[in-house]
Amino acid sequence: MDKILELKNLKKHYPILGGVLRHEVATVKALDGIDLDIYRGECLGVVGESGCGKTTTGKAVIRLFDPTAGQVYYRWKNPENGRPVDIAAIRKSALKRLGIRSKLQMVFQDPTTSLNPRMLVKNIIAEPIKTQQRLGGRELEKRVMDLLHLVGLTRDHLLRYPHEFSGGQRQRIAVARAIATEPEFIVLDEPTSALDVSVQSQILNLLKSLQQRLNLTYMFVTHHLLVVKYISNRLAVMYLGKIVEIAGTQDLFSSPVHPYTLSLLSAIPIPEVNGKPRRIVLSGDVPSSVNPPAGCRFHTRCPFAVDRCLREEPRLKPVNHGHLVSCHRRGDTQKLAREKFDQKRIGSRT
Amino acid sequence: MTKLLETADLVTNFYTYEGVVRALNKVSLVVDHGATFGLVGESGCGKSVTARSIMQIVQEPGRIEGGKVIAYLDEADRQRGIDLLKQSEAYMQGLRGDQISMIFQEPNSALNPTMSIGDQVSESFLFHQKKEMSVEILDRLAAGDIHSLNPFKKFLRAVYRIAAENPDDLRLRILDKVPLLKRWQKRLQNEARQRSLEIIDKLGIPNPAQVVSQYPHNLSGGMKQRIVIAMALACNPVLLIADEATSNLDVTIQAQILDLLRRLKEEVISSILLITHDLGVVAETCDRVGVMYAGNLCEVADVEDLFETPRHPYTRALLDAVPKLELEGELHSIEGNVPNLVTPPPGCRFHPRCPQAMGVCRREFPEMKEVKKRHQVACYWVNP
Repeated sequence: MDKILELKNLKKHYPILGGVLRHEVATVKALDGIDLDIYRGECLGVVGESGCGKTTTGKAVIRLFDPTAGQVYYRWKNPENGRPVDIAAIRKSALKRLGIRSKLQMVFQDPTTSLNPRMLVKNIIAEPIKTQQRLGGRELEKRVMDLLHLVGLTRDHLLRYPHEFSGGQRQRIAVARAIATEPEFIVLDEPTSALDVSVQSQILNLLKSLQQRLNLTYMFVTHHLLVVKYISNRLAVMYLGKIVEIAGTQDLFSSPVHPYTLSLLSAIPIPEVNGKPRRIVLSGDVPSSVNPPAGCRFHTRCPFAVDRCLREEPRLKPVNHGHLVSCHRRGDTQKLAREKFDQKRIGSRT
Repeated sequence: MTKLLETADLVTNFYTYEGVVRALNKVSLVVDHGATFGLVGESGCGKSVTARSIMQIVQEPGRIEGGKVIAYLDEADRQRGIDLLKQSEAYMQGLRGDQISMIFQEPNSALNPTMSIGDQVSESFLFHQKKEMSVEILDRLAAGDIHSLNPFKKFLRAVYRIAAENPDDLRLRILDKVPLLKRWQKRLQNEARQRSLEIIDKLGIPNPAQVVSQYPHNLSGGMKQRIVIAMALACNPVLLIADEATSNLDVTIQAQILDLLRRLKEEVISSILLITHDLGVVAETCDRVGVMYAGNLCEVADVEDLFETPRHPYTRALLDAVPKLELEGELHSIEGNVPNLVTPPPGCRFHPRCPQAMGVCRREFPEMKEVKKRHQVACYWVNP
C-alpha cells in the first residue's frame, strides 16, 4: 500500500497568555508528537475523548493552522509532481498555487455553523470550483448539479438557503462542497455527531459509497466508537495529545491491548439486551493537557500502572503486524484485564 | 407492580409565529415503582417536552392543553392519585426538587456560574427541608452543641421552635428583613452546607470539602454532571427525571455516571424516567422503554421485549439504523426526515417514511393496542 500522508513527530502547542505584559505563562499541549501514516484509499478512524487532540490532528493534517513542530509529508498521486511535499513547512501561497489545497478537504462537525447562511446552496458549492478553474455559468451549474445528485439532493434544492434544510440535508451540502474540488483526501470531523440516529445512518452510507466511487481517502474523527467501527479500516486511539494504539478495526475490536482502549471499548453502551455488560470503569477525569502527567500519560487512571509507567514515557511499538501500542505492559494487559475485570472479550456479557 | 406516575392523553402545543406546533399528541405512559422507564426518540420528537409537561415547566410559548398527569406519591393517595395539572403552582414548587426532581441536559447551563457549588446544592435543602433542619438544630441547642451567648441562644431557640412548626410563618418573614436578627438563618445555612457536603461525598466526588467552595468553571464536565445529580438527589426524590443526563459526556465518563445512577436507584431513589436518544444507554439501564416519534408514543414494552421483538415499523427501523458491535454488511437507514410538527402528516405520523404504509395509515391515527402482556403498539399492521 502506498502512503498518501505521513505525519512525523507533529506537535501543536497553544500558548496561554497572562500577566500584565500578556506574556506566555504556559502552553496547552494539544498535540505532543504524533507519528501516523495514512494509506491511499483507506478510512482511518481517530477516536478519543474530548480534549485529546483528535480535531487538532485533523486540522493540522490539512494545514488549517501551522504546527509548532514536525512534518506532514503529502505524496502526490501522479509521480511527475516529484518528491513528497512537506505541507507543514511549505509557504501557504505555494500550497494554493500547486493545487494542494484542493486535494485536501474537510467536512466540519456542525453543518449549521459551517455553511454561510447568506449564500444560496448553488453558490456554496460553486465557490470552491471557481477558485480552481474558470467555468461559464452553464457549465458551472452543470457541475453543481452533478455534485448535488452525487450526495442525493435534487434540482429543487439549488436555489435555497441553508436554513431551509434539515440537519441531514445540510450535512449533504457540506459533503458536496468538500468533494467539489475533486480531492483525494477528506478529513471528516465528527460529521454525524449533530445528527439523529436515522439520519446518521444515511450520511454514513453516503460517505461510504462516495469513497468507493471517487477513490477517496478519509480521516474520520469521532468519539463514537460504533460509528467508526462501521466506516473505518484502521483506527488510531488518542489520549491527551498522543496516539496510544493503532490497529486495523477488526484487530482493535477483537484484541485491544492498551488499557485505555480496553476501558474505552468496554464503556460503549451497546444496543443489545442479553445480560449485563462487564465494564472497566475508569476512575477520575482526563488530566489537563497544560501539564500532562510525567511518564505514561495514562498512569493516573490506569488500573494496571506499575512504577515504570510513572517514570518512563512509552513509545509506540508493534505487538502484531500493523498493530502498534504505546504501553510498557503491552504483553500482559489482556491477561490482567481478564483476571481483574473478568473480561473474556470486549463487550462480553454475563 | 404499583404505579408511581401516569400521564393520560397529554397534549402540549407551542404557539409560534409559524403556527401551532403540536409537540405532544396524546401521550400516555406509566412509570412503575422501582422501575427505570426509558423514553427514546430522535430530536424534536417530544421526549423533553413530556418531561417538562410532567414537571409543568414547559417554556413559553408552550402550553399544556389537555390530559392528566397523575402521581401516586404517598401511601395515602396510592389509591386515587393526584392530578398534578390541577394543583396550584405553590404545590408544584413544593414537589419539584423534593419528591420529583430533574437532571437537565447540559450541566453547563444547569449550574449558576456565579454561585459556589455548596450554595447551589444547599439551595434545595433550604427550600424543602427547613422544617427538618430546624428540628435538628433545636436538638443540638438543647444538647448544648451550639456555642453562643446566652440571651442570643434563647432567641435562637424561640425562632427555631417557630421554624420547626411552620417555616413560612409571618414572624419569620418579618425577622428576615431586620438586620442582625436575620442572622438566625446562619445556623440553617451551615446545616444545609453540612448536608450538601454529605451528599457530594456520597456521590463519589474526590475531596468534597474543597469542591463545596469552588465554582462550576473549576470543575470538569463529568464532575459538573455529578453536582447536578447531587442537587437533584438532595431531598431523596421518589422519581428522578434524567433528561439526556449523559449525552454531552465522553464514553468513559458516561460509564461512570450510568454506574452511579444504577447504584443510586438501588439505594436511594425509587424510579427513574430516563430520556435519551442513545439506544445503547436504554438497553443497559432501563426496565421498560417507550419509543416516541413526532409527538406520539408508538411503542411501549419491557426492554428485552422491545429489543428482541420490536413490533412498530419505526422501532424496527431505528434499531436497524444504529451501528452495532457485530455488524455485517450495510447499515439500514430510514428514508426522509422527521416531519414538521406545525403541519404533521394526517393519520399515523410515521406513514410518509413507513415502508409498509397502507390506506388506513394515511387517514386515521392508530390507537395504542396491547399485542402482548405489557407490550403496546400503535400501528395498524400489528395484530394482537
